[in-house]
Amino acid sequence: MSSLEPSRRDTRLDPYIDQYADRTGSMTVSAVRALFAVANRPEVVSLAGGMPNIADLPLADLGASFDDLVRTHGVQAMQYGSGQGELFMREKIVEVMAEEAIAANADDVVITCGSQQALDLVTRIFIDPGDVILAEAPSYVGAMGTFNAYQAQIHHVEMDDQGLVPEALRQAIVSLRAAGRAVKFLYTIPNFNNPTGITQPLERRREVLAVCQELGLVVVEDNPYGLLTIEGEPIDAMRSMDDQVIYLGSFSKTFAPGFRVGWVLAPHAVRERLTIAQEAAVLSPPVFSQFAITNYLENFDWRGQIDSFRGMYQARRDAMLEGLAAHMPPGTTWTTPNGGFFVWVTLPEGLDSQALLPRAVNERVAYVPGTAFYADGFGSRNMRLSYCFPTAERIYEGTRRLGKAIADELEMHATFGLGPDVARHTRNIGPAPDIS
Amino acid sequence: MSDNVIVLAGGLSHERDVSLRSGRRVAQALRDTGHTVLEADVNASLIDTIASVDDPVVFPVLHGGAGEDGALRSVFDLLGVPYVGSTGPASRIAFDKAVATPVVAVRAAGFRTPRQSSLPHDMFRELGAANLIAALGDQIGFPMMVKPARSGSALGCAKVAGASELPAAIVAAFSYGEIAIVEEFIEGVEVAVSVIDLGDGPRALPAVEIQPRSGVYDYTARYTAGETRFVTPADLPADQADRCAELALAAHGALGLRDLSRTDMIVCDGEPVFLEVNVAPGMTDTSLLPLAIEASDASFADVCSALVTVARRRATGTGTA
Repeated sequence: MSSLEPSRRDTRLDPYIDQYADRTGSMTVSAVRALFAVANRPEVVSLAGGMPNIADLPLADLGASFDDLVRTHGVQAMQYGSGQGELFMREKIVEVMAEEAIAANADDVVITCGSQQALDLVTRIFIDPGDVILAEAPSYVGAMGTFNAYQAQIHHVEMDDQGLVPEALRQAIVSLRAAGRAVKFLYTIPNFNNPTGITQPLERRREVLAVCQELGLVVVEDNPYGLLTIEGEPIDAMRSMDDQVIYLGSFSKTFAPGFRVGWVLAPHAVRERLTIAQEAAVLSPPVFSQFAITNYLENFDWRGQIDSFRGMYQARRDAMLEGLAAHMPPGTTWTTPNGGFFVWVTLPEGLDSQALLPRAVNERVAYVPGTAFYADGFGSRNMRLSYCFPTAERIYEGTRRLGKAIADELEMHATFGLGPDVARHTRNIGPAPDIS
Repeated sequence: MSDNVIVLAGGLSHERDVSLRSGRRVAQALRDTGHTVLEADVNASLIDTIASVDDPVVFPVLHGGAGEDGALRSVFDLLGVPYVGSTGPASRIAFDKAVATPVVAVRAAGFRTPRQSSLPHDMFRELGAANLIAALGDQIGFPMMVKPARSGSALGCAKVAGASELPAAIVAAFSYGEIAIVEEFIEGVEVAVSVIDLGDGPRALPAVEIQPRSGVYDYTARYTAGETRFVTPADLPADQADRCAELALAAHGALGLRDLSRTDMIVCDGEPVFLEVNVAPGMTDTSLLPLAIEASDASFADVCSALVTVARRRATGTGTA
């Protein structure tokens, strides 16, 4: 070995630290994000992630069909494709959207790498740094990550138990414009909002659309969960009522996320720009995945599979709601979703879901703190619980563990006389966890 | 002689993510130096995994919890499996700040340790938090540091400027464990000194001076490349640098550590003040011990390899360690 005599080194371990774009400023490691490494251990009941449960898919039959696909269409399927996406895929997507009352033309569909990339493309073509995007309070953490990457200003709009409050929306648009701000679009998840699970009823959708039409604001409707309605039929999509709505769809929850296929349905002029933006981003969305999904839609009972998913998620949702009712300390409230993946919990006054997380991990349960879903620091009393991936038994056990962690934290607050107004020390939280 | 090494990383502690990154780096370093490496997590199959490897040395790179508190190392002793690093009992003392600091204060005479008080949460409940908090303010003074007694990577740590912030900071520390320590805040140059012993006695590596961009060496500053400036050897007068090395060696000896350790300290008014010692120092790309090794014009891979050799010789009785 060499000598251990020193020669001075002065380093920040990143020679490019002063050269990154401003928009990367928040792209740092955080303790909250690191805690999710523990959540992946089997001992921990993770109510944090938004992974769909796809174990019930007919994997053997799918495998055989993929073999056939490679034999018969392998050369095409493994080649570059159209920037807009393959026509056969877009035609199938039109059929899928009809399930939620959307009448569309395949020419107006752009295929994307999951609807996450659809968000990226829409933001890319509309947003200059400093432009305002309106979003529900709270909203999807992955969308906000994209909006932040384009240096948009996210302005949250109040929700009630029926989703966006139209009058609050109107006031936000008017006041922001009066202040000289460029308000570019409303981003909304009307079905089983991520993270709250709240759904906008039909009439509320009409009211929201009316405000946006009157004030000339683009609506971006994100609908990954609509077909996973548990009781009753899916509510008509906003896009079915207004063909100027930019609609984002996905196969990630109704089939499987690994294919990374989503789409945008947009008015003609917007679609043109999206296509060009898509070509610049990835040349063409994954062709093999489009063949595979089209094959699935043509040759498998995909509607029956969705019905099966609905039953499976219903059992898991019920386990979570029963567990919460049995184990949550007084003062805790939660939403009752009729579909999607998430329940939104509001903790007793004075508790902080980020501060609680290490205690919860000690109890072997994990969740996503509510602040992840706000751009403005709100949400500290909230947490998002997912019921999509663990089994019903594990979910119930997870709520028991969570109830204990909350009760212990409440006892600690009582011991120390901490109330809602007591000063809290500043914690370096970092960016929101990148959990869908 | 076998070249098999089991690099143990992950575990169930709050520092799992850091441990996994440390483990991957150590494993690569050992492969680069010709060892046959198996990377393993701590789980129900671990003992079977160890049994399935011919004549292994375990290189634990576990941070926090059972990996650092000596529990697993005691299991290795029980199994007769050689491992890199300090024994279980020594690790148990070193990992617990509420125990290590008083031990260093007594055994490493001539070095300063911070005024410190450690209290389990049930003490506050049984005796009344208000009185104890007032006493902490009187005895320790503000600003002060609040930390979990058994945690790392600055998780659950807070600088408290005044009495109104103290209850929330203590509650936050209790989120990580059952004992919180409150100690005086030491203002000065933040420095870490690693000690390695490659069979010829412990020696201190050059001190690494830590200058976080945000002013606080918290989790983000520790593990985001670019967020902290590291100067190695620390920009200190020679006599102060010597005292830092002496403190690290004294702490290493006082706590009965072996092979490797890292002592964190603050140089205040020209004199180093002990903060804590780590028996499983971070080995990530932004960690301090690898920086110190590289600043020594030594190779991180060679040091890892030599540590394995030391552990193997210790087991076979062929070395001096």
